[in-house]
Amino acid sequence: MNQPEDDNILDIRDLKMYFPVTRGLLRRKVADVKAVDGVSFRLKRGETLGLVGESGCGKTTIGRCILRLYKPTGGKILFEGEDISSFPEKKIRHIRYNMALIFQDPYSSLDPRQKAGNIVGEPLRIHHMVGSQSEYKDRVEQLFSLVGLDTSMISRFPHEFSGGQRQRIGVARALACEPSLIVCDEPISALDVSIQAQIINLLEELQEGMKGLTYLFIAHDLSVVKHISDRVAVMYLGRVVEITQSKMLYASPLHPYTKALLSAIPIADPFVDEKRERIILKGEVPSPLNPPSGCPFHPRCFQAIQECSEVVPPLRDIGGGHEVACIRV
Amino acid sequence: MAELLRVENLKTQFKTEGGVVKAVDGISYHIDEQEIIGLVGESGCGKSVSQLSVMQLISTPGEIVGGKIIFEGQNLLEFKANGPEMRSIRGAKMAMIFQEPMTSLNPVLTISRQLSEMLELHLGMDHQDARQRVIELLKMVGIPDAETRVDDYPHQFSGGMRQRTMIAMALSCNPKILIADEPTTALDVTTQAQLLELMKDMVERFQASLVIVTHNLGVVARYAQRIYIMYAGRIVEAGTTKDIFGDPHHPYTIGLLQCIPRLDEEEGRKLLPIEGLPPNLINMPASCAFAPRCSKRSEKCFLEPWPTLRYLYGQHYVACF
Repeated sequence: MNQPEDDNILDIRDLKMYFPVTRGLLRRKVADVKAVDGVSFRLKRGETLGLVGESGCGKTTIGRCILRLYKPTGGKILFEGEDISSFPEKKIRHIRYNMALIFQDPYSSLDPRQKAGNIVGEPLRIHHMVGSQSEYKDRVEQLFSLVGLDTSMISRFPHEFSGGQRQRIGVARALACEPSLIVCDEPISALDVSIQAQIINLLEELQEGMKGLTYLFIAHDLSVVKHISDRVAVMYLGRVVEITQSKMLYASPLHPYTKALLSAIPIADPFVDEKRERIILKGEVPSPLNPPSGCPFHPRCFQAIQECSEVVPPLRDIGGGHEVACIRV
Repeated sequence: MAELLRVENLKTQFKTEGGVVKAVDGISYHIDEQEIIGLVGESGCGKSVSQLSVMQLISTPGEIVGGKIIFEGQNLLEFKANGPEMRSIRGAKMAMIFQEPMTSLNPVLTISRQLSEMLELHLGMDHQDARQRVIELLKMVGIPDAETRVDDYPHQFSGGMRQRTMIAMALSCNPKILIADEPTTALDVTTQAQLLELMKDMVERFQASLVIVTHNLGVVARYAQRIYIMYAGRIVEAGTTKDIFGDPHHPYTIGLLQCIPRLDEEEGRKLLPIEGLPPNLINMPASCAFAPRCSKRSEKCFLEPWPTLRYLYGQHYVACF
């Protein structure tokens, strides 16, 4: 990563996304679910940032805020230097060609009544990326071969494809407008083990082939995230608790939650795994409707002290791009 | 340890309009007393169906068409699936934990009612004793405030608590074998770790054996003593955990190990995916079902029938030429 410091494709500052909880006939607001509560991170052009956390930690919400499928409650989203967090709907469409989303479920994310070629080509039409019908056809064929699908499959329907092939269609669709940012939201968790590697490798090869293609890779599986990412951000209950180079993640995790998360994932090698430290956390993730005071992790933390329940630890840089939000570190 | 269960050449098929699906196509395995074994494979390889067959929970159009399931010296396949003998074994001596804790509890009955039913049915406890025992069991699996939570309905429990309840339910009659079918797949990572540790502690405490059915090689590496690798309805490799991970022989096992990312891997390691797709189980060829995807295939693999498990050493067997 020898790019200049300021070549950030995305700069998220203090992002907040609250969902109102309403009750009664008049939809009176009674509380907020703080799905994302003050998250800041940057994405450099051409890198892959992994966003990892358990269900309900807000990782998908962040992805959706970036694509402006949600309008954030607060904070800034600087995409290519422009704050898109409060763009009106009309204006957002003009920048959306430059960002794309790959969905988790390859079954429900493809329209069953459209042919595969049409699914992949639709963004080209919407954003007027092609001039003529023949140009359109060429581009769709090119996208199919790019993701490793046979061009003879263009006129098939989604149900005629396997799960892995469907996910390739999803990848082709995301690539259609040559976006500079792709948000991959759990792109492999619905696939079989032997197929997952095919999609991971495809995503990696595409990034090598296309200069400046940036991924925000959202997943709950830390070993997958670590494999594909340059840097990893670990989230807990709407906040980022640690950001670090992925090669440092396994070697020197600092936040107690990161440590617990790492130790919870067994390594498929009994010779290595039996020597690892096991941290079994108590309890479960609290509801974001009623988060604990202070550090959101303190009720489950094995290193917590009195102060942890009083102050919300800020994310601070401890050198080398390693950021951590814990007062005990 | 003495052998507890032996499955011999078990075959389960589903008759569909498209043809006969050979979901389990002649598998043999055994489990000793107080042993933890892992059954590993991808979706559709027959790992769940094989376990449902052992419990005789296969319903039409499925049918167990052959083999033996020998448990405590008796062949369970001689008993009718819904006859009194099987009913006294199922749930009492062999219990199962399913993948979906959300759907495997009855939403309209309280936790207390669902758990005490088993105790009253199998152990003949009266209502009061059963309720006391349920509270004890819930405490054992770590449900906080068990005395009051026992009267809750399943929707009032979180996913992890529901799966804890399932474990309590499965263990309530002191079974000899606990079969856990993808017990933690639907749960969060840190909850998964809690529950796997809990299951391990519980089978030790109850002196039961545990069958972990999973697609996750990491889980079996950590918890199982022996492992069976399944592909397309058959066992392709069997061995102790150290055999399988330290000295894998079958190209499918090797392929699986090379295609998963590892936390401790070297920077820049490339995953080696297994090419192609798992086979359709209808009208399978007689030759090795993995051959079309295999990196070491030869002409022989397509001409000769699928090899049976061949002895390597110790407890290590492989089904490959």
